Amino acid sequence: MWNMKQLEYGALARRANQIKDELRQGVRRPYKEVIDVFQGDLHRAGMKPLTFVRQVLAACVYPPLINSSNLPLDVRQRAQEELGRCVGGSGYYNQTSQIKLYCQFCNVQDIHSTEMPFRPLLNREASPRTGVLIPVPCHNKTVLSITQLGAVAVPYYLSEEQGWALQVEELQRALESAKGVCNPVALYVINPGNPAGYVQSQKSVLEVIRFAWEKRLFLLVDELYQDRVYGENCEFVSYKRAVSEMGPPFSGTVELASFHSVSKGFSGEYVCGLRAGYVELVNLDPAVMKYIHTLFSKDACSPVLGQIALDLMTDPPKPGDPSYLLYKQVGPENCTLVYVKKVHEVVNSLPGFSCPPIEGGLFAFPRLHLTPKAIQKAKELGLQPDTFYCTRLLEEGGVFTGPGWEYGQKEGTYHIRYNTSRALFKELLRRLSSFHMTFMKDFS
Amino acid sequence: MSKEGTVKKTGKTVTFLLYLCSLVSSSLTPFLHVQTCLGAKKPFTEVIKANIGDAHAMGQKPITFFRQVLALCSYPALLEDSKFPEDAKQRARRILEACGGHSIGAYSASQGIECIRQDVARYIEKRDGGIPSNPDNIYLSTGASDAIVTILKLLVCGEGRDRTGVMISIPQYPLYSAALADLGAVQINYYLDEDNCWSLNITELRRALSAAREHCNPRVLCIINPGNPTGQVQSRQCIEDVIRFAKEEHLFLMADEVYQDNVYAEGCQFHSFKKVLFEMGPEYSNTVEMASFHSTSKCYMGECGFRGGYMEVINLDPEVKAQLIKLVSVRLCPPVPGQALLDLVVNPPQPDEPSYATFMKERTAVLSALAEKARLTEQIFNTVPGITCNPVQGAMYTFPRITLPQKAIDKAKELGLVPDMFYCMRLLDEEGICLVPGSGFGQREGTYHFRMTILPPTEKLKVVLQKIREFQLHFTQEFS
Repeated sequence: MWNMKQLEYGALARRANQIKDELRQGVRRPYKEVIDVFQGDLHRAGMKPLTFVRQVLAACVYPPLINSSNLPLDVRQRAQEELGRCVGGSGYYNQTSQIKLYCQFCNVQDIHSTEMPFRPLLNREASPRTGVLIPVPCHNKTVLSITQLGAVAVPYYLSEEQGWALQVEELQRALESAKGVCNPVALYVINPGNPAGYVQSQKSVLEVIRFAWEKRLFLLVDELYQDRVYGENCEFVSYKRAVSEMGPPFSGTVELASFHSVSKGFSGEYVCGLRAGYVELVNLDPAVMKYIHTLFSKDACSPVLGQIALDLMTDPPKPGDPSYLLYKQVGPENCTLVYVKKVHEVVNSLPGFSCPPIEGGLFAFPRLHLTPKAIQKAKELGLQPDTFYCTRLLEEGGVFTGPGWEYGQKEGTYHIRYNTSRALFKELLRRLSSFHMTFMKDFS
Repeated sequence: MSKEGTVKKTGKTVTFLLYLCSLVSSSLTPFLHVQTCLGAKKPFTEVIKANIGDAHAMGQKPITFFRQVLALCSYPALLEDSKFPEDAKQRARRILEACGGHSIGAYSASQGIECIRQDVARYIEKRDGGIPSNPDNIYLSTGASDAIVTILKLLVCGEGRDRTGVMISIPQYPLYSAALADLGAVQINYYLDEDNCWSLNITELRRALSAAREHCNPRVLCIINPGNPTGQVQSRQCIEDVIRFAKEEHLFLMADEVYQDNVYAEGCQFHSFKKVLFEMGPEYSNTVEMASFHSTSKCYMGECGFRGGYMEVINLDPEVKAQLIKLVSVRLCPPVPGQALLDLVVNPPQPDEPSYATFMKERTAVLSALAEKARLTEQIFNTVPGITCNPVQGAMYTFPRITLPQKAIDKAKELGLVPDMFYCMRLLDEEGICLVPGSGFGQREGTYHFRMTILPPTEKLKVVLQKIREFQLHFTQEFS
């Protein structure tokens, strides 16, 4: 399904940048700026950073600020603590995992590379090739990472009709399909989803763990959006907790790696540009742990500022701290997601669009019901139908979104992906509705 | 599943582990940790880590101007603070303007922030006497390591006898051997000439290449200049010869130039591969494919933790460049603070700016201290029987050769250790000095070395040199 060479990767992004440049130069278009909701980057979409985090980072970078009375006391104290952990100050290479940010966890490594989750599992020299089960739809970098490492991505389809539910029968089918093609060793799960905005129920999580245990699959769980859950009666259930609560034999044997990041709403901050996150490893053989440590050592260390940001986010200001009030006002506010419901309602009401409830994550992934005429036109232009739609939406509506085929979808279905940024949602809805009605009319 | 071997330990993988253990002394780390925890009584009160090229960890101070600008970028409200100089504020504003949402928290383009790539191109042009540099050929990266691995990924392919072979110097910086093992490429060793100040001989390159053609498809030639761990600075003639060789043999040149500001010895000068290539005329400059690498981790900055770096690619086919963009986009973007820092390195205070005087003072202080320590190290080591040390012409390390008594070698074998690892473990245990055994970098069969950084402050370095001298004498006596 995916071939890195064939992916027309970045063509839309290049065009979006071109248009942005043209607008800067004063070229007239039906809009004054491009609404960029393509990536999960909320700063780019206008979100303000958290003052506390930025103040501490500034003081770590330039320690004379620790004596500045312009910074609150808790900021100065935290900066001092963080620098105390960095021998020589924040320019230092941290010996991998030396900053013991999570003393209560063992086996936590900082990650800063998308392919890191898969590296230890994929043996380039294996024959047959290693396989990793991945959801469809899925973050497109995942597929690139896997194929780049010489492994096989084995798709399992989430059920759009059931709110993108993960069905064990489908996992079984996917596993069967791998016979003779590759040797599946891992099951990659994204919860909450990306691009599809589902949140797995506890029942679903337990089913998946049981399946992984039965089939002896290593569980790779991407939980980057765990702080963005807003569906009614939805709750984030961490795989680690679920495994542990299942008790023996699961708790002692299911091998698991769960991932988080500072890019995606960790306590309300989204510092994608700092490039930091972590992986927690559960039930790994000590010999494999040693290898993993060595593997991480090869890449020197995670950017130190990112590590510091990560630490701040796991231990934000508390009631009584000077920075608490401001933090409370802005931080969780970034996660007030009433507007996401509005986004869902409006889009769902447009003819030719349908979308299950958006329960969590950073994106909407509505389905486009394109007319045969539109599909034909796309074919003539040599474009995937949803790319055609997204291209027109960019050119005419000034909205930069991602075409569904880049994330994977059932044959014959089309989708678009856009981030549900609070800053831009009103304008996004206005332009999308207006463009969509015209488009559907043109191709009726 | 893992007990049955999720990760297959082939011969290559084991070697790769050994190299890495040496590089970051992770094999020594548990030892250190345990001793510290147990409060064991040792004949020393602190461990001096002269193993990794991490300047700040050894007390080198950061450049004030750089940190001011980075603080302003991190917390832009400081732009109102009169304590920051105007030139720092100006640079911060410019960088923030180029960031999505005016924030260093946003992703940047995968190739790096455009105006920073432009600044890097201008810096290269200035450095290379006006030879043009195209910002489209500049790729910002997470340290130089990221860019080096990316290029290797692009170049390694084929199966069996067609598998890509990559030429690398022995001794070398183990990132290369690790990356090659990881990618399943064939490592082709060419030996630097220890008797001639670690110089590079074309005859040796030819020998290595010819032997390699029997079992792989050599496509790449890596060279580290100034050298790590060996510290040699290649002459201009040598660089020309290497370029000529690469052209004749259709090899892609990877020039690791992260230590380009670290040149100390009289008569030595850094010559960038790109500059020499272009000065050799269009026959070479239009055809030889090359990537050169730089970083914010070394030189006078020493900002390892920020993970800033770039590569410049020359004469790459446009279709290959299109794939390169896809490859770098998988990791989204390099850390934005690192990109910002790189911008300052290539765009430092100018003579007419307020921060210039302090900047130059700090820069000069760092580089002259390193030069002095390089000289001191060579001088002292060469007075120790059993240690011979080539001049530390550049970079941040010394790689002296140690003569080990046969009994010591035998003892090492008994313990299942490589002889110079045994030596280094004993040195750590008895003197509290942490070095890296030469076996981690590669060396001629039957020779032993260690790598020591020249980064500790001068007074401490003198103590380290003295202790190593004492240890060497004592060790030789014990195993005579």
